[in-house]
Amino acid sequence: MDIPGLDILRSGKFAEKVIKSIKEIIKEIGKPIKLMHVCGTHEHTISKYGLRSLLPKEIEVLSGPGCPVCICPAADIDKAVELGKRDDTIITTFGDMIRVPATNISLAELKATGADVRIVYGPNDAIKIAKENPEKEVIFFAIGFETTVPLIGFEIQSKPPSNFSVICAHKLIPAALELLMSQSQLKIDGFISPGHVSTIIGLKPYEIFSQGYRIPNVISGFEPNDVLLSILMLLKQVRDKKHDTINEYSRVVKPEGNIIAQKIIEEVFEPVSSPWRGIGRINDGGLIIREKYKEFDADKKFDIKIEKSLDIPPGCSCHLIMVGKLYPYECKLFRKECTPIHPVGPCMVSMEGTCSIYYKYHSDDNN
Amino acid sequence: MSLKKESSNVIRLAHGAGGILQEELIKFITKDIPFKKVNNGIGVEELDDGATIPLINYEKEIVITADGHTIYPLFFPGGDLGTLSVCGTVNDIIMMGAEPLALTSMIIIEEGFEFNQLEKIVSSMNAMAEKANIAIIAGDTKVMPRGTLNELIIATTGIGIKDKNIKILDNNIKTGDKIILTGSIGDHGTALMASREGLNISTDLKSDLSLLLELYHVLKSDINNNYIHAMKDPTRGGIAAALNDWAVKSNISLWIEEENVPIKKQVTAICDMLGLDPYNIACEGRALLAVDPKYAQNILEKIKSTQIGRGAQIIGKVKADNPKRVFLKTIVGGTRFVDMPLGEPIPRIC
Repeated sequence: MDIPGLDILRSGKFAEKVIKSIKEIIKEIGKPIKLMHVCGTHEHTISKYGLRSLLPKEIEVLSGPGCPVCICPAADIDKAVELGKRDDTIITTFGDMIRVPATNISLAELKATGADVRIVYGPNDAIKIAKENPEKEVIFFAIGFETTVPLIGFEIQSKPPSNFSVICAHKLIPAALELLMSQSQLKIDGFISPGHVSTIIGLKPYEIFSQGYRIPNVISGFEPNDVLLSILMLLKQVRDKKHDTINEYSRVVKPEGNIIAQKIIEEVFEPVSSPWRGIGRINDGGLIIREKYKEFDADKKFDIKIEKSLDIPPGCSCHLIMVGKLYPYECKLFRKECTPIHPVGPCMVSMEGTCSIYYKYHSDDNN
Repeated sequence: MSLKKESSNVIRLAHGAGGILQEELIKFITKDIPFKKVNNGIGVEELDDGATIPLINYEKEIVITADGHTIYPLFFPGGDLGTLSVCGTVNDIIMMGAEPLALTSMIIIEEGFEFNQLEKIVSSMNAMAEKANIAIIAGDTKVMPRGTLNELIIATTGIGIKDKNIKILDNNIKTGDKIILTGSIGDHGTALMASREGLNISTDLKSDLSLLLELYHVLKSDINNNYIHAMKDPTRGGIAAALNDWAVKSNISLWIEEENVPIKKQVTAICDMLGLDPYNIACEGRALLAVDPKYAQNILEKIKSTQIGRGAQIIGKVKADNPKRVFLKTIVGGTRFVDMPLGEPIPRIC
């Protein structure tokens, strides 16, 4: 079960060396620097290992909209809840998703009233449930970025049973980066991009982005020293006035990505303008299932319409926290009305949600 | 089912998982109990591992613990429900600094449960009781209609005895104390998760389920001299729940060095894969001790001399500043909080 190189990637001595270089380069740059990551797992690593406490105060690392659970619109959850109320239906989804508050109730609350809502580890488990329960409709509530899309695409391609369908709420990362660059007040100096997304899509979509917006970008792994090295690589680019996409996670990410997975995505899904919770509609920000596979599209199979939904409840600042405009402890509900037990907004739910991570690992003033 | 009530006003699974929600549930149940203690002993309000009944005119007091045991699957790598129910009960008594004497056992069985399965579980109970040198002195059985419970539940009461002057309590930790952990964390919960259907993780990892009786024997003099201020077996909620509980009840802060917290490679790998934190995952054969710093090294050596404590380490210390909080110095040198776990650990998505 050994992961090769894990010792170095989590070594305190190695971290010390990287921090030393970071401190030297920030001195050369001579001004405060704002970096942003767009991945809940990166925020998790940064907070879990206390990396911000190691960085010089001139470097600010913001948390962007990278938690797939958080940016899933309330209307999609409402849809799953409505379908889950039917007697003949089993709703399946990933663990984090069931606790996310929606317009009225969450899937966990629906489950507690007796509905059949099950946590699965992947769509293949949902297919298995569908085969074991031919008299029931088994709906997989599919969320996530490019990392999870191919899994669902593969199952849809592989002739699943006719009592299986998918609520497709997938989103795409590169579109979100562009949106962030258009928010002029953010003034980001560099992006830490998610390694697992790149494993699928490769470097190309990012290269176009970093060239187009003239912004440094590093594809990063998820161990503490991956993130520290990525910060160092970004600072070097800032100092040298470069704007490339560099691959720190080269032990996993190939420049061309995973071609087979890309083909599956292309074949089963098509990109559309899509709403992100609290952020708004993003051009090419999401996916729908192509006409060819419509028999597995729960949207078309059941025609559930959600008239009115509520993404951000009154007082909640998730929409500002998700784009790095506010830190969780600057929200007036944080640790008061809003806690992981009684989350008001979506960012307080998942272990990848910025507020939930701050609640777990940080004090109120971030000291 | 079309008339399901849309309300969050029901008990959820997470209410039983050892985190903040469970605390809320316990408070809800216990708040109106009319008499909460006997002879000024430890009662239900302390929410410790067990309660005490001081015997008037004697030096001794009776220690009583209550435990309900459910587990899925019933048989898991390293034990079964029978072993678990005896170990869990005996360990709770020992964590109060008491000598285990006897237990009672209530077995609730689902209609249709097979006799040969029951036999295996009962014989594991008996074997473990013999090892622990503890009598099973009373019990009860109930059979419930199929579908009203899942296979089998065992509820036990543990009875022990100790000197009145021994004070090993969650609220008794003092500034300067050292924290000792007797072995690697997360083995039990991780082995169980890996053995569950649907995960397809093959590993040689076993539950750490074991009796902590050896600890009681080697530490008897330290217990009697009150060098040990608190003991706790970090079951549901893992060491994160146990340490936070201590920090709050003793009004101190705990400073843990991640580098010194023993975790098996398999546990790290499986938890990384599932997005779980080993600090939140249950152990069934480990103990945390808060001890007088003068005797910490000596106590550590004694623990290391036992079969169950070979991997013991001093993992941290107690301070007065920032009370009610647990801090962790991470392996790369950063500092962060360790928070009370919320509820049942849920594997993540990506």
